Amino acid sequence: MRLLFSILIGFFSGISFSIYQQKPLEQSIEDGKEIYADFCLQCHLTKGEGVKNAFPPLAKSDYLQDIDKSIHAIKFGLKGPIKVNGVAYNGNMINQGLDAEEIADVMNYILRSWGNSSDVIITEEKVASIEK
Amino acid sequence: MKRKFHFLLCSFAALSFSCDAQENGPKIQTPSTIDYSYEVVADSIDIPWGLTFLNDNEFLVTEKAGILYHVVDGVKKEVEGLPPVYVRGQGGLLDVAIAPNYSETGIIYFTTSSPLGEEKGGHTALYSTQLEDNKLINTKLLYKGDYNTKKGQHWGSRISFDDQGHLYFSIGDRGNREVNPQDITRDGGKIYRLNLDGSIPADNPFVDNDNNRKAIYSYGHRNPQGMVTHPETGKIWVHEHGPRGGDEINIIETGKNYGWPVITYGINYSGTPITDITKKEGLEQPLYYWLPSIAPSGMAFSTSEVYPDWKGDLFVGSLRFEYLERLEIQKNKVIKREKVLDSIGRVRNVEEGPDGYLYVGVEGKGILKIIPKS
Repeated sequence: MRLLFSILIGFFSGISFSIYQQKPLEQSIEDGKEIYADFCLQCHLTKGEGVKNAFPPLAKSDYLQDIDKSIHAIKFGLKGPIKVNGVAYNGNMINQGLDAEEIADVMNYILRSWGNSSDVIITEEKVASIEK
Repeated sequence: MKRKFHFLLCSFAALSFSCDAQENGPKIQTPSTIDYSYEVVADSIDIPWGLTFLNDNEFLVTEKAGILYHVVDGVKKEVEGLPPVYVRGQGGLLDVAIAPNYSETGIIYFTTSSPLGEEKGGHTALYSTQLEDNKLINTKLLYKGDYNTKKGQHWGSRISFDDQGHLYFSIGDRGNREVNPQDITRDGGKIYRLNLDGSIPADNPFVDNDNNRKAIYSYGHRNPQGMVTHPETGKIWVHEHGPRGGDEINIIETGKNYGWPVITYGINYSGTPITDITKKEGLEQPLYYWLPSIAPSGMAFSTSEVYPDWKGDLFVGSLRFEYLERLEIQKNKVIKREKVLDSIGRVRNVEEGPDGYLYVGVEGKGILKIIPKS
């Protein structure tokens, strides 16, 4: 009985704390890799190296230190002058139409690829909280 | 400087991937004198995907993000009444073209990435419509590709016509090259042919089997984003984005297989091969292939007297190298390639207007009209 009760509590609190089902980080990174290949790779290239003065790098990019700004760029697009690793860019990355889960996945992948490392785990909830 | 930059870029690319085969000639040239200028006839459009003229002073432009503009004497207004547009990856609101009998019917066709259907995701759709007081009326869905997918790539989709009452449009392989382009029971990786009312012509090549998609006219395509009717032969010319090094120009013939991904001159973006063959019996060879890839978008012939030196030449936009390319063609062979509007920005589209001028859609800029100096 007591066991049943705690299961029920656990079940309901699970619902009330979050409507988002957080998937394991490994799965998120794997899904993010596929999103990257489909939506990002053509400009940022296979090793996240980008093209100097045209498409900023994601590998060891100082821009990624600001997580909120990075999520914002993927979620809403990014247009106009920016500086990445000291190099000026003035392009237009259009909004790719990715949903919050997909943005979380691709961020988790980017933050851990090509020499990047991070302790931060991007959740769907986090992406949803970033406003225009 | 920019050229030098590209040269450097290519050298590094060659070093790091070491597998781009030799450049395919004729080599692109930069003209020694520029005897034209340009004028912006519609400004501030991020991605001007499609363009069609209603008359000398009025045209429609699609913005990929899902806006249709009606431009009258340089003033642009948003048109209301679009069906749902699925903006994802390379998808969004795509091409627009007036019907060959527009002056009698007022009918306009457009293509869009569409979320309609059972499955999640989207596929390319073709509509007919009419414009009244800046609103679309009598909008009809003529074709919707399926099955929907959340892939962001390869929607096509240009529209063109022959003089026998047919409409042609393209759908790209929708990011599923192993399944779609070679299977005529599925949509994607095809050129389609319909009657102007959307019905299927009785002499389409694959109408004999009910499992086939009967609107298919040719198959084995990757992502065709350029289509034009040849001004003399009336044949449908198409170009398509290949993988790295595999962009092609093809003349479309009924029922033929253009080979993707069984044969290609290109390789994966990562540098790994897709196939080790470029030719195979039963599969069509391109009229031309670009190596390196230029990322072609938009296609037009110059047929007027406005640019005497360019009459009969083919014009193709380059997204990658940010110029308009002029191709001289003799007996279906490319004999010269030249940059027009060098470093102008990502060229998304090119059309010849009813006034004989060339109009060019450039990302972030809008629609430019090329004006000869003399």
